[in-house]
Amino acid sequence: MTLLEDLARALAGGSLEIVDLTHTLDPDFPVIVLPPEFGQCARFRMEEVSHYDHRGPAWKWHNISMSEHTGTHFDAPSHWVSGRDVANGSVDEIPAGNLMAPAVVIDCSAGSAENDDFELTPDILLEWERAHGSIPAGCWVLMRTDWSHRSGAAYLNMRDDGPHSPGPTPDAVRFLVDERNILGFGTETIGTDAGQGAHYTPPYPAHFYLHGAGKYGLQCLCNLDKLPATGAMLVTPPLKIRNGTGSPLRVLALKET
Amino acid sequence: MLQVCGDCGAVQYPPRDACCKCLSVDLNWRDVSPRGQLLAETKVRATTDLYFRKQTPVRVGTVKLDVGPSVICHVHGDVGADEAVRLAIKLDRAGQGVMMALPVKETPFMEDDPRLREMSCTPKHRRILVTDARNPNAPAIVRALQSAGAEKIFVGISEDWRPNRYHDDIMAMPGVEMLPLDVTDSKSVEELAAELGGKTDILVNNARYVRPGGLMTRNDTVFAQSEMDVNYLGLMRLAQAFGPAMCARTADGTNAAVAWVNILSAYAIANFTDYGCFSASNAAALSLSQNMRADFRTSGLRVLNVFVGPTDDDWHQELPPPKVPAHTLAGSLVQGLVDGLEEVYCGDVAKDMIERFRASPKIQEREMTGFRS
Repeated sequence: MTLLEDLARALAGGSLEIVDLTHTLDPDFPVIVLPPEFGQCARFRMEEVSHYDHRGPAWKWHNISMSEHTGTHFDAPSHWVSGRDVANGSVDEIPAGNLMAPAVVIDCSAGSAENDDFELTPDILLEWERAHGSIPAGCWVLMRTDWSHRSGAAYLNMRDDGPHSPGPTPDAVRFLVDERNILGFGTETIGTDAGQGAHYTPPYPAHFYLHGAGKYGLQCLCNLDKLPATGAMLVTPPLKIRNGTGSPLRVLALKET
Repeated sequence: MLQVCGDCGAVQYPPRDACCKCLSVDLNWRDVSPRGQLLAETKVRATTDLYFRKQTPVRVGTVKLDVGPSVICHVHGDVGADEAVRLAIKLDRAGQGVMMALPVKETPFMEDDPRLREMSCTPKHRRILVTDARNPNAPAIVRALQSAGAEKIFVGISEDWRPNRYHDDIMAMPGVEMLPLDVTDSKSVEELAAELGGKTDILVNNARYVRPGGLMTRNDTVFAQSEMDVNYLGLMRLAQAFGPAMCARTADGTNAAVAWVNILSAYAIANFTDYGCFSASNAAALSLSQNMRADFRTSGLRVLNVFVGPTDDDWHQELPPPKVPAHTLAGSLVQGLVDGLEEVYCGDVAKDMIERFRASPKIQEREMTGFRS
């Protein structure tokens, strides 16, 4: 019996479950909104090319357009200025071996329910480690906030001073990168950083430190509440876009039932 | 405006190649007094023409103008026999210029005369869709349409997951309903057309994407794509989705579909370098509006283009005056509908642009492109 045969048997038998962590690509799904003088993130759009009609009698297909950072998406190191010179920093260069990795889930849902600007701190990470053991090197760290249960205006949560959503503090990101050497950091919110992440030093610390160290980001994830704190395995291959800084993708998690 | 002989001063109508008094060919189009006297009238009560069968009886008369000629024209219901009248030039449903004799003084509810209403696109009693609640001009346009007697105003809102600073202002007005509409999303346009296409009497497309910058001050096509997507393709999506239903309802009793309004930059006429890419997108929209006119013509659905120079908003901050405030634009738009026009030039810049274009398109282009601020 080979490992892969075991895997196939576990999937077929139901002892392994696949959880889809991806939102549907939809024109109405919120994207990050920058101040209007900056270029903006393109929304997902779909134009019908034919519908089994005179434009193509036996087939239906669409042209789609979007940003590299629309919907559930992957951030490559070259997305941020701190990662501009990182080796293999664009999505087409990421080694295939990095596209499947274990994941740990830090449950911040209770705090995020009470505070839209909830911060993931080193203390919370250390407390999690006391319960679950040290965060292993080379794994994804997923911040569960249950933010994906929100939709529409409540999801972006824009106020006069900008968006409000939970995220990690600069120290928390440095801890994960410098002390634990993780593979990447994933969130349910619109970015890996907090909605008010521009006000940290450095601004957008998750983007700055993760990508500067060649780590990856995942955002707009869902179903994190269906994952165990440890023991899940993520499949995260972005589209192989030449020099792409990110890509919408289907994120799958394998977990034991 | 009639032909006036440069030699003998005679005013003539209909237009001819030579003066009917002295045979001079020095004929000039001049504004003349529209006053006259109703000489004779009749009522057309029967017709073989399908369109006019719904319009009968049609009052037609002969008016002797104070400046000379006699004309056959439509006659307003409030004009009494042998009364003094003033003539107004209108476009009929076929887009043909016609004259109508109106009472010299305003009479109560005179705009409700069926013939006059047929030649006007007045917002009064009509159901109107304004496409973009996010445009800074949206509150003023809704307010002006409402003051003009609109029965119901639907306002399109894109991406309701983003706040809209004009939301409260718009919703504070009675008879207004906000519905999802994003002109960059075909599906969204089709869905709203499915809901509203059958009861939209006037569509006002105020969706606009504008950023400063010309060809060489930008080094990408990202903003230009958004400009084309909203200003040109947005109009195309709206026209393809709402056009057929509106064209099918142009003779639907009192609440018929009557007009489609585009708000275009005056720089659609000739490119303004500082906003060169935005100008180009509006030139595309202007061209498309002519395509719309061709396709809508047989139905009688009017396409009104309101041309406006720089507007008084965030994206024109760096330009010196004059800039058109939203309420002025809204006022011109409503007046254009009331008058049943195809073109309105709002503000000094737009008026200047069209005058120079009419004088000489090439000189205008040279002037517009010859100097750099």
